[in-house]
Formats: sequence, C-alpha cells, structure tokens
Amino acid sequence: MTDTQDAVAPDSGTAPDGGKVEIRLENLAKRFPGQDDPAVDDLTMEIPKGEIVILVGPSGCGKTTTMKMINRIIEPTSGRIFLDGEDVTDVNPDQLRRRIGYVIQQIGLFPHVSIANNIATVPKLLGWKKERISERVDELLEMVGMDPGQYRNRYPKELSGGQRQRVGVARAMSADPDVMLMDEPFGAIDPITRDRLQNEFLRLQEQIKKTIIFVTHDIDEAIKMGDRIAILREQSHIAQFDTPERILVNPADDFVADFIGRGASLKRLSLSRVRDVELHQWPTVEQGASHDEVNRLLEGSDKSAVLVLDSERRPVKWVNADHLRRAGDGRPLSELGLPAEAVVQPNATLSDTLNEMLSARYSTAIVVDSSNAYQGIVDIDTINETVRSLRRAEQGRLRGGDDEDEDR
Amino acid sequence: MSDDISWYESFWTYLEFAWQDVLDLGVDHAVVVIISVLIATVTGVALGVLTYRTERPRELVLAVTGTFLTIPSLALFTLLIQLPLLGLGAKSVVVALVMYGLLPIVRNTIVGLREVDSAIVESAQGMGMGRAARLWRIEMPLAWPVVLTGIRVATLLLIGIAAIGAYINGPGLGELIFGASVGSAVALNEVLAGTLGVIVLAILFDFVYVVVTRLTTSKGIR
Ligand SMILES: Nc1ncnc2c1ncn2[C@@H]1O[C@H](COP(=O)(O)OP(=O)(O)OP(=O)(O)O)[C@@H](O)[C@H]1O
Ligand SMILES: [Mg+2]
Repeated sequence: MTDTQDAVAPDSGTAPDGGKVEIRLENLAKRFPGQDDPAVDDLTMEIPKGEIVILVGPSGCGKTTTMKMINRIIEPTSGRIFLDGEDVTDVNPDQLRRRIGYVIQQIGLFPHVSIANNIATVPKLLGWKKERISERVDELLEMVGMDPGQYRNRYPKELSGGQRQRVGVARAMSADPDVMLMDEPFGAIDPITRDRLQNEFLRLQEQIKKTIIFVTHDIDEAIKMGDRIAILREQSHIAQFDTPERILVNPADDFVADFIGRGASLKRLSLSRVRDVELHQWPTVEQGASHDEVNRLLEGSDKSAVLVLDSERRPVKWVNADHLRRAGDGRPLSELGLPAEAVVQPNATLSDTLNEMLSARYSTAIVVDSSNAYQGIVDIDTINETVRSLRRAEQGRLRGGDDEDEDR
Repeated sequence: MSDDISWYESFWTYLEFAWQDVLDLGVDHAVVVIISVLIATVTGVALGVLTYRTERPRELVLAVTGTFLTIPSLALFTLLIQLPLLGLGAKSVVVALVMYGLLPIVRNTIVGLREVDSAIVESAQGMGMGRAARLWRIEMPLAWPVVLTGIRVATLLLIGIAAIGAYINGPGLGELIFGASVGSAVALNEVLAGTLGVIVLAILFDFVYVVVTRLTTSKGIR
C-alpha cells in the first residue's frame, strides 16, 4: 500500500533506499547537559512511508525526546535524521518544522486566536493567499467532523476537550505535511471520547496516508493504532520493532512479553477488524414489506429473525415469527420487533464489536458501510473462532521454539 | 479662618475664581505622567523581554529597578537636579518618574511572559514559528493583560509621585499642594484642590485603562 504514494522526494538523488523510507534515524543520540547517561542512545530506525509507527515504552524511556529530535525541538547530540532521503540534521529548523505536522499531548492551541486562525498558522507562515487559507480551514474542519460555520470563529476555550483535540490534529495537517509527529495526542481525554477519536483518526489515515510517528505509553492504544510498533526500553533502546501481530504472537524477549502484559489473547481481538473476517448474510426485508413476505422468508431460512431495512438499506429492526403473530396484520414492520442495535463499521476492531454485542445483549452485530447501509453480520462464533486461531498460532510458536527468530 | 463661612463655601468660592488654573495644572500633570509612563513602558517591556528567559540578568534587572523604588522621592529629586542637562524642572521630574515606574512594568512583563503555558509556545515552535514571531504573536498577546496591569499600577504610582515634583519646580497639581504658603487663607483651599485634582486624574486614568484593556485583550483569553 505504500507504493501508491506519489509524494516527490525533494532531494531523491541522495536517497539510498529508493525513496520508500520516509524517515530514517541514524545513530541518533541525545545527552542532556549535566546528565551522566544519555536520554537517547544510538537509535537507528526506519519509518516507512504512509505508515503509523508507534513509539511505546515505560515512562522516561526517551519517547518524547526521540520524537522532538525529528523536528529538532531538541537538537541531537549526535547522529543524523533523513526525511525522504534528504539529510535534515542541519537544515533551517523553522523551515523543516513547516513540513512536519506536530501534535502534543497538551494540544497547545493558541487561546487568543480563533479556531480558524489556529488552523491557519502554518499556511500563513508559508505565505498562502487569503482565499486559499480560508478554503483550507473549512476543508480541515469538515475533515475532522466539525461544522466550519459553527466553529470557525470560536475560541479554544469555547470547545470541549475532544473538539480541541480535533482542532489540534487539523492544525497539524494544515499545510498537508507528509510527516506527522503525535505525542500522546489522545492522552488527556476520557476513554470513550478517546476511543471515538482513535477510530476517526484511523478512518482519516486510510485516506490521507501520512507517515506518522505516534508516541504513547499505552500498549492497547499502540496495538490499535499502529501499523508498526517500536517497543523501547530505557534510553530508547529498541526492544522490538515489528507489526502489532508479530509482537503479540512473537514477543522478542521477557521485557516485551511483560510490557504486553496479560490478557494478550483478548488484546489480539483488537488486531482483527471486521473487514478482515468473513461476514454472514442474513434474510432482510424492506420496511414496507408485508407480514406474509416475512413469514415466507423465515420459513425458507435457518435463521429465526429477519433484519428490517429502511429505503436506504439502513438497519431498523429485528423481527421474528413471534413478533408478527403478536402484532396482528397490518402493523408496519418498523413498529415491531427489537431495535437494530450493535451496529459497527468495517474498520471496527473485533474487540469493539464484541463490546457492542455485549452491551446490546445480542449475539450478532450488524455491519454497515460508511453511509450506514447494511453489509452483513458478524456473530459471536466468528469472534470465538478468531480468538481460537490466534491462540493456536501462539501455541505453534511456543512449540516451534526459536527457529522463527530470523524473520523478525 | 473666619467663622461665618464654612470651609466648603470658602473652597467653592476659591474654585470659582481659580478653576482655569487648576485645570491647566491638571493637564500639565497628566502630560508629565503620560510621557513618563510611555518611556517607562518602552524601557520596561524591553528589559523584561530581554531578560525573562535568563536567570541572572532577570534577577539583576529586578533588583536594580526595585532599588530605584526605595529611594525617597525628595532625595531622588534633589540628586537629579544636580546632574548636567537636567537641573530644576520637568526634565528631572520625568527621569525620576521613569525610574519609579520601571519596577511594576518590568516585573509584570517578566511574570506575564514566564506564565505563558510552555506547551503553547512549544506548539508554536513545532509549527515553524521563529523566535521573534513566537514572542510577538503568541507570548506577548498572552502576557498582555499582566503587562498592562503593570503599566496601570505604574501610572497610578506616578500620578502621586508627580505631585512631589513641584518641589523642584516640576509642572502639575503639586504646585497647588507645595506652592501655598502654610497658614495663609488660600493654603487649605489650594491643597484641597491639588489633592482632589490628583484623585480625579487617577480615576480618569483608571477608566481609560479599563477601556484599553477591553480593546486590546483577545476575546479568547478574557
Ligand atoms: N529538557 C530536559 N533536560 C534534562 N533531561 C531531560 C529533559 N527532557 C527529558 N529529560 C530526561 O530524558 C529522559 C527521557 O525523557 P522523555 O521525556 O523522552 O521520556 P518519555 O519516554 O517521553 O516519558 P513519558 O512517557 O513519561 O512521557 C528522562 O530521564 C528525562 O528525565
Ligand atoms: Mg513523553
């Protein structure tokens, strides 16, 4: 998926890796004055174009320091930084930073200027024309799900925490940077809003395909958000740098295994998404259909209920033979049966899906596309089967011993 | 004072014939204060901006301007008129007032700038704003209400001290307060007029600051 990017490397003549690597850190180190041990010691790492790479590790291990060396808020003591093959270790830092989106945990919106002007900061520094800036601001607000007419002229204090976070992300993307640095961007928010923002962000990333370095100390967030995860120990020594699947199934050592912690097989559910499993089909009817039609459908199917859809194929109700019998003829289907709850989109994780089912007390979840039209069903058996196969893979690893290590 | 008219009747009669002079002196007073505050603001804000991020210079500036404020005003005036180029009159008064006005302005500039949330400054830096842009477009506007409070305090302080400037022939309402020969019939009236004038001036200035604060502080931080 990384090959479809057509971003042009500004200095691709010097790119030894053919431009596929967006960021390369070479022997990067930082020693703060007056400290015996370096905060970051000899870090070498490649971040592929268009991927989210998560830096995760215990507090004080050097995640933030590593990230801030990339946009040179902290100047490295030694080592080099390459962006798209271009050595940016010594270029003008202000110029460099305008090419890199930056979101920090505290968000850091400017309280004295409007939301529009917050988002317009970098475009203004780059000298864009007024109309272009205002178009871009509206476009970005829409992209993060905020109505421009309503929010453009507000001040940060007039937004909720979640909205501020969205504006922070929009602001970081204002000049369409290829690279984004995000330091615990969803850290200061309640778990429910965080979950929503994470999902929204993943959906956004599917379209924008930025190269993102994302710092967190929460392994669950890392597994959910990351295309790759770098688990760091103190001084930013890489304990393991791999896909979430492989880290969960094949932790490099005890440090990694400890860090992943218990409940790893449930965590694996956050690795599989609805779109990765096979959907079941279910008998459906339009809400205008007659009761006879529903009865015929139920007789011809092994399912005990039908799913009623509205004219745009959005799920409305579950209706079974009992409901029909009790209601008597003529009542529209939309007034019968049980509400169609536990609805998920294809990019939901199986763990989210299981959650939805449990809270609706259904054994099925309805899968809809982005316009909420019915696509299929995931049931609890599918989820169980996924857990079992992940567990089998893990047991295979344990029996297989060390000979898989080469492919790390 | 005679017993047949009360002191306020006497004061009223005095004002009726002297209001034009009192008004002129009030304007002179205001002008001296405004000039001094402007100079103190430019100097004080500059000193604050130059030193707020480095400990030693910051402490030095605060110590020196703090010391100015502890010199008794009569002593300072007496010293200043000895200097060449200054001498008796408005120039020495302005120099003294600037010295007294510096501490509140420098102090509030430093405090205001240091109180700006470092996360905000870092996000500005992370977006590629240079040092100067960060200072003038982010830090100063956020520190501004505090800086302005410093300027306001300095102004009120100087309105009072400026009156003492009459001691070295400075312009302003102090002439009424210090010029009158003690015990004369008009003395009480003049002192009263001068004092009231200073108070009215202070109230007027304060009102102007309320308006200026509203007009120059972003809605986002009110
Ligand atoms: N400006 C600084 N001056 C001196 N030491 C610093 C500075 N910033 C960080 N350090 C030290 O460097 C080490 C790494 O800090 P860093 O902020 O990168 O950790 P982190 O992995 O981001 O931790 P957390 O998860 O708590 O945010 C720590 O030991 C910290 O004390
Ligand atoms: Mg950190």
